[in-house]
Amino acid sequence: MRKVKYLLKKEFRQIFRNQAMLPIIFVMPVVQLLILVNAATFEIKNIQVAILDEDMSQESRELVNKLLSTGYYKAVDFPTSIHQGQRLMDHNKIDLFIQIPAGFAADLQHEGHATIGLDISAIDGSAASIIYFYTNTILADYNSAIVARWLHLAKRPALPVELRTRYLFNEELEYKNYITPGLMVILVTMVTMFLAAMNIVREKELGTIEQLNVTPITKVQFIISKLLPFWLIGMFELAFGLAVGKLIFDFPVVGSLPLLFAFAAIYMPVGLALGLLISTVTHTQQQAMLISWFFVVIFILMSGLFTAIENMPDWAQTITLFNPVAYFMQLIRMVLLKGSEFHNVVRHFVVIGLMAVAMLTLAIVTYRKQQ
Amino acid sequence: MIEFRHISKSFAGTAAVQDINLSVGEGELFGLIGPDGAGKSTLFRMLVTLLLPDEGEIAFNGRNVVDDYTYVRSHVGYMPGTFALYQDLSVEENLHFFATLFGTSIQDNYHLIEGIYKQLEPFKKRRAGALSGGMKQKLALSCALIHKPLVLVLDEPTTGVDAVSRKEFWEMLQKLREDGLTILVSTAYMDEATLCDRVALIQKGRILRVDTPQGIVARFGKPLYRLSGAGVQRFLPLLRALPQVHSAQPFGDSVHITLGDEEQMDEVVQQLRKAGYKDGLQPVTPGIEDCFIDLMLEANA
Repeated sequence: MRKVKYLLKKEFRQIFRNQAMLPIIFVMPVVQLLILVNAATFEIKNIQVAILDEDMSQESRELVNKLLSTGYYKAVDFPTSIHQGQRLMDHNKIDLFIQIPAGFAADLQHEGHATIGLDISAIDGSAASIIYFYTNTILADYNSAIVARWLHLAKRPALPVELRTRYLFNEELEYKNYITPGLMVILVTMVTMFLAAMNIVREKELGTIEQLNVTPITKVQFIISKLLPFWLIGMFELAFGLAVGKLIFDFPVVGSLPLLFAFAAIYMPVGLALGLLISTVTHTQQQAMLISWFFVVIFILMSGLFTAIENMPDWAQTITLFNPVAYFMQLIRMVLLKGSEFHNVVRHFVVIGLMAVAMLTLAIVTYRKQQ
Repeated sequence: MIEFRHISKSFAGTAAVQDINLSVGEGELFGLIGPDGAGKSTLFRMLVTLLLPDEGEIAFNGRNVVDDYTYVRSHVGYMPGTFALYQDLSVEENLHFFATLFGTSIQDNYHLIEGIYKQLEPFKKRRAGALSGGMKQKLALSCALIHKPLVLVLDEPTTGVDAVSRKEFWEMLQKLREDGLTILVSTAYMDEATLCDRVALIQKGRILRVDTPQGIVARFGKPLYRLSGAGVQRFLPLLRALPQVHSAQPFGDSVHITLGDEEQMDEVVQQLRKAGYKDGLQPVTPGIEDCFIDLMLEANA
C-alpha cells in the first residue's frame, strides 16, 4: 500500500512537472469549446446567391425582394445569362443560383402556374438540403400570398391541415446545446487515452521501465499507479469542461450531475485500458500517438458527435455498438438536455461496465504476457 | 553465488549467447569483458529477470531466477547500460523512490551509500536530468545499492564516462567489494579487466576464457613483439602475408605481432628492412587485449 501511494506520488510529481501537461489540462478544453462550438454549427447564414431575373416583372422583383429580405441570403451578383451564373457556380463564388425565366409573370397570370430554376451547390450535402429547405419555405409563403391575391382575400387562407410543431429538449434548436456536451466526451476520452498511453511508453523510451521491472513491485501495482492519476485527471477535466461550458455558453443542465459523473467513472477505465494496451504493443511515444489517433478518429466519427447514428447505414450502426464514445455521447445528451434518469440509461451503464471490465482484463493480461 | 548453466538465448533466430557456463563466487568482483554485441547485456538481463533464457538455468544464491524471480528482484542491485532513472525527479526523490519500492528507507541504509552519496548531497534538490555524466552514474549506483542487495550487476557502467570518473568509479567498486558485496560488471574496455578478481572474456555470444587477469596473461604462450614509429601500420599487410608471423594487430599507434617461435624474429626483421622499416622488434609482455585478440583469432579459425 505504501508502495502504491509512493508510486502515485511520483506520477503526480512527474505529471505536474511536465510543462505540456498543465496547458493540456486547462487550456485545451477551453480552446476546444470556444473554437469548435462556435465553428461547428449547422445554422446557415449568408447563403451566397446569384439571381438571374429574365422576366423583370413586378412579380419577379417581388419574389427576389422577399428572398433577400429574409437575411439568410447574400446576393453576390445578378448575372444576365445562365452561362454567367454557371460560371459563378463553377468558381465556387455562390451556393445557390436562382433563375426566373422570361414570361414568369405572364405564365403565372394566364396558365395559373410558372416555373423557376434553383441550382444548389451540393458539395456539402447537409448545407444543400438546408438551403433547399429555407428557399422552399419562402416560396411556399410567396405562393400562398399569390393565391390570396387571386381570390381577393384580405387574409391568407388557412390550410386544411396545419402542423403544430414543438421542439423538445432544445426548444430554440440551439446547436451549441447539442455540440457542447459531445465535445466534453471527446475531451475526456482523448485526455485519458492519450495521456495514459504516452506515459507508459515514455518509461519504455527512457529505459526507466527496466529499472522499475527489477524492483519487487508487482505489475498490478504498476498499472494502478499508471491509470489512477489519469482517471482522476479525466474526472476533473469533465467537471472543469462542464463549468467552462456552462459559464461561456450557458447550456442547460437538466438532469443529475451525480448520475453523469457515476457514468464517467466507469467509462474512463475503457479509454485508460485502451491506452495501456497501446502502450504495451508500441515502443515509442510516436507510435503510441499515431495508433491512439487512429482509434480516436474512428471513435469520434462513429460517435454521433456530428452525424446522428440513426442516419448511418446499418453496418456502420452495428460498428457504433462497439464504440464506447457513442454510449457516453448519447448518455451525456440524454442526462444534460433531457434530464434522463438512471432507469432510462441502464443499458448504457451495463454496456460500458462490461466494456471496462473486458478492456481492463485484456490490457492487463497483454501487459503481463510481455515477459 | 551465481551460476550460469548452459545458457542460450536468441533473438529472432540470431543467437545472442550460446551455451554459457559461468560461476561467480560470493564477494567476488567479476568482470565480463568483450566488445559491443558480444552478449554481455543479454546475460545480465537474464540474470536480473528481465529476459527469459531459451535454454539452461541461472542460479542466484541457490535459487532459480525464473521460478524465484521475486527473490532475485529483492536482492539484486541492477544498473542498466543506459541511465534509467527519472530525469524529471530530483536526486533525493529518485533515491527515496527506489528505497520505498524496496520497502526500505534512505535512513535505514544510508551507511551503504554514504561514501558515494556524500558527493551528491550538495545537489540533492537538482533534477537528475541536469546532472553531469559522472554524477548520474553515482546516483544510479546509489539507487542500485539502497536496498542492500546481495549482488550488484553493472552493465557497462563506465561506457561514455571520462577517464577521471572511470577511475573514481572503479575505486568505489573496490570499496564495495571490500565490504563483501558480490559484483558483476561488464565492460568493453580491456584495461579495466585487471581491476577485477576474475574475468570472463566473451565474444559473439561465447565465452573464450575465464580466469584471473594474471592467469589469462600467463597463459599467453607466444612471443609478442612491438613495432613502433610513425605510420608503422602500413606494414600490416606485409606482416600478415609472412608465414612466420602468427598474427599482426594494430595496437594504438604501434603494431603487435606474435611469431611461431623466437628464432623467426631475424627473418621477419629482414623482410621489414627491405620494406623500409628502420627500427627493431621490441619484445613486450602481453596485456589482456593481446590475449583477447589471440583467443578471438583462435576461436574464429
